[in-house]
Amino acid sequence: MSKVLDDRKYSDSHEWVKVDGDVATIGISDYAQHALGNIVYVDMPETGDEVNQGDDFGAVESVKAASDLISPVSGEVIEVNEELVDKPELINEDAFGNWIIKVKLSDPSELDKLMDADSYKKLCEA
Amino acid sequence: MSHKYMPHSEKDINEMLEKIGVATIDELYSDVPAEVIFNRDYNLPECMSEEELRKHFQELGNKNQPLIVFGGHGAYDHYSPSVIPHLLSRSEFYTAYTPYQPEISQGTLQYIFEYQSMISELTGMEATNASMYDGATAAAEAMFMLVASSKKKNRVLVSTTIHNHVRKVVETYAKFHGVDISIIPEKEGVTDLESLYKELETGDVAGVLLPTPNKYGIIEDYTHVAEKVHAAKGYLAIYADPSTLSVLKTPAEWGADVACGDGQTLGMPLSFGGPYLGYISCSKSMLRKMPGRIVGATKDIDGKRGFVLTLQAREQHIRREKATSNICSNQSLMALYATIYLALMGEKGLKEVNILSCDGAHYLYNKLIASGKFHQVYDKPFLKEFVVRTDLDMKKVNDYLRQHGIMGGVVMEDGKVEFAVTERRTRKEIDKLVDLMLEA
Amino acid sequence: MKNYDKIIFELSKPGRKGYSLPKDKYETEGLKSIPTDLLREKPADLPEVSELDVVRHYTNLSNKNFGVDTGFYPLGSCTMKYNPKINEELCSLPSFTSLHPLQDEESVQGALELYWNLQRMLSEIAGLEEFTLNPYAGAHGELTGLMVMKKYHESRGDHKRKKVIVPDSAHGTNPASAMVAGFDVVEVKSKPNGSIDVEDLKPLLDDTVAGIMMTNPNTLGMFETEITDIAKLVHEAGGLLYYDGANLNPLLGKVRPGDMGFDIMHINLHKTFSTPHGGGGPGSGPVGVASHLVQYLPNPRVVKDEKGKFHIEGNNNEALGNISGFLGNFGVMMRAYAYILSLGKEHIKDVGPLATLNANYIKENLKDDYLLPIEGVCKHEFVFDGLKDKSTEVTTLNVAKRLLDYGFHAPTIYFPLLFHESMMIEPTETESKDTLDSFINVMHEIAREARETPELVKNAPNNTIVRKLDETTAAKNPILTYKALKEQEA
Repeated sequence: MSKVLDDRKYSDSHEWVKVDGDVATIGISDYAQHALGNIVYVDMPETGDEVNQGDDFGAVESVKAASDLISPVSGEVIEVNEELVDKPELINEDAFGNWIIKVKLSDPSELDKLMDADSYKKLCEA
Repeated sequence: MSHKYMPHSEKDINEMLEKIGVATIDELYSDVPAEVIFNRDYNLPECMSEEELRKHFQELGNKNQPLIVFGGHGAYDHYSPSVIPHLLSRSEFYTAYTPYQPEISQGTLQYIFEYQSMISELTGMEATNASMYDGATAAAEAMFMLVASSKKKNRVLVSTTIHNHVRKVVETYAKFHGVDISIIPEKEGVTDLESLYKELETGDVAGVLLPTPNKYGIIEDYTHVAEKVHAAKGYLAIYADPSTLSVLKTPAEWGADVACGDGQTLGMPLSFGGPYLGYISCSKSMLRKMPGRIVGATKDIDGKRGFVLTLQAREQHIRREKATSNICSNQSLMALYATIYLALMGEKGLKEVNILSCDGAHYLYNKLIASGKFHQVYDKPFLKEFVVRTDLDMKKVNDYLRQHGIMGGVVMEDGKVEFAVTERRTRKEIDKLVDLMLEA
Repeated sequence: MKNYDKIIFELSKPGRKGYSLPKDKYETEGLKSIPTDLLREKPADLPEVSELDVVRHYTNLSNKNFGVDTGFYPLGSCTMKYNPKINEELCSLPSFTSLHPLQDEESVQGALELYWNLQRMLSEIAGLEEFTLNPYAGAHGELTGLMVMKKYHESRGDHKRKKVIVPDSAHGTNPASAMVAGFDVVEVKSKPNGSIDVEDLKPLLDDTVAGIMMTNPNTLGMFETEITDIAKLVHEAGGLLYYDGANLNPLLGKVRPGDMGFDIMHINLHKTFSTPHGGGGPGSGPVGVASHLVQYLPNPRVVKDEKGKFHIEGNNNEALGNISGFLGNFGVMMRAYAYILSLGKEHIKDVGPLATLNANYIKENLKDDYLLPIEGVCKHEFVFDGLKDKSTEVTTLNVAKRLLDYGFHAPTIYFPLLFHESMMIEPTETESKDTLDSFINVMHEIAREARETPELVKNAPNNTIVRKLDETTAAKNPILTYKALKEQEA
C-alpha cells in the first residue's frame, strides 16, 4: 500500500501541501508516483508565477503517461525544486521528501477545502 | 464479388458467417438504422484492369507537360540520385506503420535517428524531430513553439521577406489558434531590422520568424538579431533551405533557438507540390516544446544498442488537448529520402551542389542584365535564386518558353521575376532560356 | 546480413563519395560574391560513404522492419490493408513527378484532372458536396475541418461558439486538433458499451458549442446507433458534426457519413484508400464538407470550368486561408485514385462488408480465451480487455510482445482508455481466411502459454532483433543524434 503522511493535507488530484507560516510546500503523493511509474520529467513553473487553486501549474511525465499538476492552493511561486530538473526520479524514490514548488499563500482559508490524511487514505483505497 | 485485393472465396465467407452465427454479411449491419443505409451503387467508374489503369494514367500524363525548370519559389529542381527510389521501394520501409513496436521497427527507428543527426548537423541545432508535413506547416509549428516557450506572451514577428506560401500558412494557423502576428516590413529586399528592433521594445514579443535565403533568394545578414531578440526575452526561429546550409551560415550560428524549413531541396522530385518534407530543429532548452515524434538511442535488456520513440508524453495520443501539437503521421518516408540523399552526397557533394547552382544562377543573372532587357532590383548576395525586373511582357515570354519546353521565371508583384538555377541546369539550357526570352 | 548493427556515420571514411555531379564550368564570381560572414563557419559532419555502402546499409536496415508485405498487421484503428504495387508504379510516372507546383495551369491539366476526379469520387463515397485534397494527413485534415467549422460560425457573426465536444473514447488527435484550431474541448462520456451517452450530451448542447467530433463506428468498433438523433440534437443547437474518417473502412458500400448527418469529415487515404503508411507518412487527409460550407475550404482549390478546363483558384476571400504550401501530397493522391479505379463501383462496395466480416470472425474465435467486454456485432475492429484468465498476471503488453515472436504485428494496445488492458484488433478486407486462422491459432497458443508457462510470455519478445528496450533512460536522458551518442559513449 502506498504511504500517506499525517503532517500534511491532500487534494483529490493527489498533490500534498505542507504549510509553514504563509508558505505552502507542494508535491505529489506516494500513491500518485506509484500510479505514474518511472518519472522521466517534471514540468515546473517559474518563480514569480501566480498559481490558482484548482488550476494546473505543470505536469509530471513518465514514459507513456503524463499527469497535470493541479495547484491545491493559490499564491505566488517563490521557489521551484531545481534538483528535479536532472533527477526527476527523486519523486519515485521519496514523493514526500521531494517537493516540487513552494507557494506564498494568498488565501490560507483555501486549505480548509483540502483533505486530511485520513480522508485521503480512504480516497486511495476506494 | 471476387477481386484480386479481396481473397475470400464463397466457401470462406460461408464458413466465417457460420462461425459468427449470422446468415448473411448484411446481418452484420443490422444495428445500423435503415434510414442511413446506402442502398444504391456508387456513382463511380467501373473497375479497371491493370492494363486499363496504365493507359488511363498515361493519357492523363500526356496532358501534362514536363518542363526544364527555371522556377523556384519554394520548390527546386535538384538532382535526385537513382539509388533513392530503389531503396525507398523496399516494402519493409513503405508498408510499415509508425514504429510503435520498436523490436520489429528498428529499420524505421534507426533511419529517423540518422535523419535527426544529419538535419541537426546541417542546422547546427541539438535536436530535430522525425519530420513535419512541409516547410510551411513546419514554420507554423515553429511559431507555436515560440509562443509556448515564452509562456505569457502571444505575439510573433514575421518578416515580410519570408516566402509567401509559408507566410500564408503561418497566418492561418495563428489566426485560428489565437496568436498575434505582426509583419515586419522589408527594406531593399531584406528584413527592416530597425523596425524589428522597435517592435521588440514593446516587451510583448514571444518570438521572431526570419528566412534564409529569403523569398527573393537574398541571403540576409542577421548579425546581432538573436542577441536583441533574447534581450527582449523572446525566441528566434529561422526558416532555412537545408540544402543551402552546407555553405550558408546556419540557424545555430545566427543564434536561433528553432530552425525549420522544407527538405524538398534535398533531391526530392518536384511531384507537383508533394510529398515534400518539413523539418524542425531546436536547441536543447526548447526540446519539450517541439512537436511530433522524436527517436532516441537506448539499449535493450541484453545491452544491445537500439532505438525507440521517446519523449512521447508531449504527444497527442497521451496529452490529448494539452499536447504540443496534433501531428501524428508526418512524412517519414520522405525523411528516409533525405537521409539517403545526405548519406550519398555527404558534406562535399552538398557543397558542390550549391557551388554549381550558385555559379549557374550568377551566370544567368549576368546574362540577363547584360541583355539590357532585365534590370537589377536589389544589390544583395544570392545563392541559387534571384529576382530581376523587366519591361517584357512576362506572360507572353513564359508562354513562348513553355512552347519550347521551358518553365521560365515566376512572376512576382510589380514587374519582378524570380529565377532559380540548380545543378541540373546546364550552361546550354541557360543560354537557350535567355535566347528564347529575348526572341519571344 | 544478420546482426548488422552499424549507424551510417560509422561507415564513414574520409575521401569516399556516393555522388556524381555535372562538370559545367561558369566563369562567375559564384559563392565568392557572398560575404564570408554570411557563410557557414564549421562544416557539417555528414558521413562519407560509397554508393554500395549506402545501398547495403539501408537494405540491411529494411530487414529490421516489419511491414504489411511481411505479415499480418492487425493494428486497431490503423487499417493496415495491402498497398497495391501498381499504385507505386503509377505514382512514379515522370509525366507527374517532374511537374513544378507553380507551372502554368495549361501544362498540368492531367494532374489537375486527376486531382479533380479524386475530389468528385470522394464526395460521392462520403455523401458530401465538395472535397479539398490539400491536408497532408488525418490530423491535418481534422485541423482543417475544424477551421472550416470555426469559419462557418464566425461568418454568421456567431462568435460565442468556442467549444467542441469530443467523446472520452476519441482518438487523442481529436482534442489536440480542437486545441490547435483554438477551441475549448468538452468531453462527453461514453456508456459502458462505448457509445455516446445521449443523455449526457443533451445538457452540453448550448449556444457556445461549435460542434461535435465523432467517429462511427466508434473506437470500440461499435456502430453509434443513435447517430441520427445525435445529429438532430447537435444541429438544433446550432452546432456542426465532424466525422473523423479514421474508421471509415467498414462503411464503404454501406453507409455514407453525409447521409448520417455529418457536415465535415476527413478521410485518411493511407488507411481506407490503400496508400502506404510509409512508417509514419506521407499520408493524405482530404476534407469533405456539406454544401453550406464549400466556400470556407482552404485555398488553393482545383476547379473545372464549363469548357472542361481545370484551374487552380487561390484567392477566395471567404476561404479559411491556406493550410499547405501547395496542393498537398499529390503523390499519395495518385495512389488512392488508382486504388478506387482498380476496385471500381463493382468492388468498392465490398470493402466495408468484408472488413467487418473478418473482424467478427476473429472476435468470435477468440472470445473464449480473451475478455470481450462488449458483446454483439462489431464493425471493422473490436477491443478485448486482455486475457480472460487474469490469474496468470500476463498483461496485454506481454501478449503483444509474444505475438512478435510468432511473426505477427501486435494489435493496438492500451487504447481506448475505457479498459485497463485494451487490445484493439483490426484485420482488413485484404486478409484471407487462412491468415486470420493462423492468427487465431497463435492467439490461442499464447493464451495457453500464459496459463502453462507464463514467464515465457512475460519475457517476450525473445526472437526479435532487439529485445525489450530501456525507454525510461531514453526519455530521461534523450540521445537524439549520432553526435550526442558518440559523446555519451566516449
